[in-house]
Amino acid sequence: MIELTGTGTLTRFILRRDRLRILVWIGSIFLLEYMSAASTKGIYHTQADLDKAAAAVHGNAAAIALNGPDQALDTMGGQIVFQIGTFGLVLVALMAIFMIGRETRLEEETGRAEFIRAMAVGRHASAAAALIVVSGMSAAVGALETLSLLSLDVPAEGSVLFGVSSFVLGLVFAGVALVAAQLTENTRVALGGAGAVVGAAYVLRAAGDIGDGNLTWLSPIGWAQKTRPFAGDRWWPLIISAVAAAALIAAGAVLSTRRDVDAGFVRPRPGRRVAAPSLGRPLGLAVRLQRAALIWWSIAMFLTGAAYGWIANDVEDFVGDNEAMQEVMNRLGGASLVDSYLSMVMFMVALVAAGFAVQSTLRLRGEESALHAEPVLATPVSRGRWIVSHLTIALAGSVIVLAAGGLGCGLVYGITIGDLGQVPRMIGVALAYAPALWLLAGIAMLLFGAVPRGAAIAWGAFAACFVIGLLGEIFEFPGWVLDASPFQHIPQLPGASLTIVPLAVLTAASAALAGAGLLAFHRRDAGY
Amino acid sequence: MSTTSARPTTASNRGHATAISIAGLVKTFGRVRALDGLDMTVATGEVHGFLGPNGSGKTTTIRVLLGLLRADAGRIELLGGDPWRDAVALHRRLAYVPGDVSLWPKLSGGEIIDVFGRLRGDLDPVRRDELLERFELDPTKKARTYSKGNRQKVGLVAALASSAELLILDEPTSGLDPLMETVFQDCIREVKAQGRTVLLSSHILAEVEALCDRVDIIRNGRTVESGTLSEMRHLTRTSIDVHTERPVAGLERLSGVHDVRLENTRARFDVDTDSLDGAVRHLTSFGIRTLTSQPPTLEELFLRHYGDVLAEERRLADGGRPADGGGPADARGPAAGSGDGGGA
Repeated sequence: MIELTGTGTLTRFILRRDRLRILVWIGSIFLLEYMSAASTKGIYHTQADLDKAAAAVHGNAAAIALNGPDQALDTMGGQIVFQIGTFGLVLVALMAIFMIGRETRLEEETGRAEFIRAMAVGRHASAAAALIVVSGMSAAVGALETLSLLSLDVPAEGSVLFGVSSFVLGLVFAGVALVAAQLTENTRVALGGAGAVVGAAYVLRAAGDIGDGNLTWLSPIGWAQKTRPFAGDRWWPLIISAVAAAALIAAGAVLSTRRDVDAGFVRPRPGRRVAAPSLGRPLGLAVRLQRAALIWWSIAMFLTGAAYGWIANDVEDFVGDNEAMQEVMNRLGGASLVDSYLSMVMFMVALVAAGFAVQSTLRLRGEESALHAEPVLATPVSRGRWIVSHLTIALAGSVIVLAAGGLGCGLVYGITIGDLGQVPRMIGVALAYAPALWLLAGIAMLLFGAVPRGAAIAWGAFAACFVIGLLGEIFEFPGWVLDASPFQHIPQLPGASLTIVPLAVLTAASAALAGAGLLAFHRRDAGY
Repeated sequence: MSTTSARPTTASNRGHATAISIAGLVKTFGRVRALDGLDMTVATGEVHGFLGPNGSGKTTTIRVLLGLLRADAGRIELLGGDPWRDAVALHRRLAYVPGDVSLWPKLSGGEIIDVFGRLRGDLDPVRRDELLERFELDPTKKARTYSKGNRQKVGLVAALASSAELLILDEPTSGLDPLMETVFQDCIREVKAQGRTVLLSSHILAEVEALCDRVDIIRNGRTVESGTLSEMRHLTRTSIDVHTERPVAGLERLSGVHDVRLENTRARFDVDTDSLDGAVRHLTSFGIRTLTSQPPTLEELFLRHYGDVLAEERRLADGGRPADGGGPADARGPAAGSGDGGGA
């Protein structure tokens, strides 16, 4: 017990320090799930609608792989779980690993843990406090899920079971992250490792759900789905999750006592003695600093595009003769249903990829507040040259990330229909969104130049585009709100026809914003 | 090698006798007045000490000199140029080590040294390797694994491997061990021997005493003392510990003598440097057997200027008794201040 001394204080400290982060995680998972659940309820009015939807998914490997197992899809509860279940579970898992990574390994990496551990604080107090907070967050998400489902008039037992499954899944991935945090001294590597477990859990259950269901039993996400909410309501699979969570947490605790504070089990590789020639220029340095992020974003976008491309050919079956769904698709514009679907997919890919444009541009602020910019600007590198080096990565990287999404979608769709001409076609569709991403980069650049402390507001612009893009049509936002998002001005290829004017206007606006940001940066104090 | 490459640039700057000249510099952050009319002059070829406690404005001054912060008022000239307007051209001629050396965690120390050397454009690989050896720095380690001292070594090697004519060093040795401190001092002497200029911000007084030709002491964003070390000593008191044949009398009545403590034939007191001659004459009449004198240290200069701050802290530590209890330190502050004015 003495090893837990101080857990209460540290728990309160995490709650105080990260109160906003905690609320944003819980709130956004709840909102996304609730919106999606409510719109599912809105689309299927009658039992006949549900029957059709269930029939469309039955035997549809792609839909099952993406969304989850075919369990009681002819009921409203089952259909809602099909729409939000897997997606929500992945989000809870990500929440757990990001929070645990942040509160344990990042604290050690920054040296703050050392400071804390020098006080009258037990060896396991930090990890215990992080686990308490993440358990609380998972429980809050689970409770909100249950309440959301109950408000949509679906059976109570399934609603509670669904919420509890999410909660227990959060515990399992908190354990996964805790073990990962012991293995390496680099937080990003730890998060990447735990994230790979989330990915593997998703893929294993996809493979299991398509087949005989056995592989699903190897996946923590699968265990949550095997509780079959609204489709038999089994509680016992939760025991597997609970045992796994306890075992992982215990393993993390044991491992943490076998290593030094700040160290990991995997020794870091030595770096280069002399820098590569490219590092001698600001652009080379910016490439090196942003390379990993660009590669990971590209891989993620490729896989997202590929996943959606995989089911493109089945989209006619999937939508079936559901009029509501067809209406949604048709509103997106386009001749054939497949083209409408593809344009919707690329719209989604572009929205997500905009995260890269914002993140990459805000790297300028990150470099500045981490005091990395100061010594660079003390060399004969001008402010403009420094800005342009990172901005080049943001703008060119946006193109690369988009192209990766188009490539993934075009390649997999092309292979399924035997037409590799889809590859250049889908890359072209994706690249049409580049000006929208540039506009967000321009906004981030202007904020960085003019209000550096508020540069993160750019993420608000990104979130607004997301909300407008996903919900604007469904909830019939007023026209001026829709027009505020650059994504609404991009012609939705391949369904719609290509018009150059909006692309040119967006590009010019991005250039103006970035230029204004550059001027503002030239006038202000730099380096802190 | 670097000596030969440094010479032409140094020669080209011979026209300017002053490397840095600051007059009436003001910098405010919102309502905080970080610099409040700061003056400083650094002559070309000297090692100039820049002293002050934490938060006195040393780093802010340096950031203004680097063109990172824009001055609100005052005249600043750096190597004959305007640090804000001519930043890029001036940065070709200077090297900088920040007080808080923050490095990219994924890059190795060697890579970071090369990045700065190449961005400046005057990396001398031979000198770099020689410095790595002297500072015992492993360049293959990732920056995230470096201790504070090792991060500072990365900054120092990057700056010292350059042939820049001006080095701006912001508390460069606060994380170094005594051995490395010696290496650092040797390097600075070599830089000085090459005719290059060094601005050394520090609060390690022994280091400043060992290296600097002239010093500026700042406090609350204002220069409170400036000059060569011997000039400053002139303004301070020498401590005398003397044994005489007969007990000393009448010492208290001499002007410029303070804190007299008498024990039979031993006398200890402080004397203003101006009054040293009169005090020693007075002592000879009692028959001096041994006399030890302690020259004033920078420590004392420093304490004199921050004495009232220390007295205030002591007062608070004593449980908030009124300041009149802290007599000596308190009384010395204003007295020293007026003496300062008289001496100058």
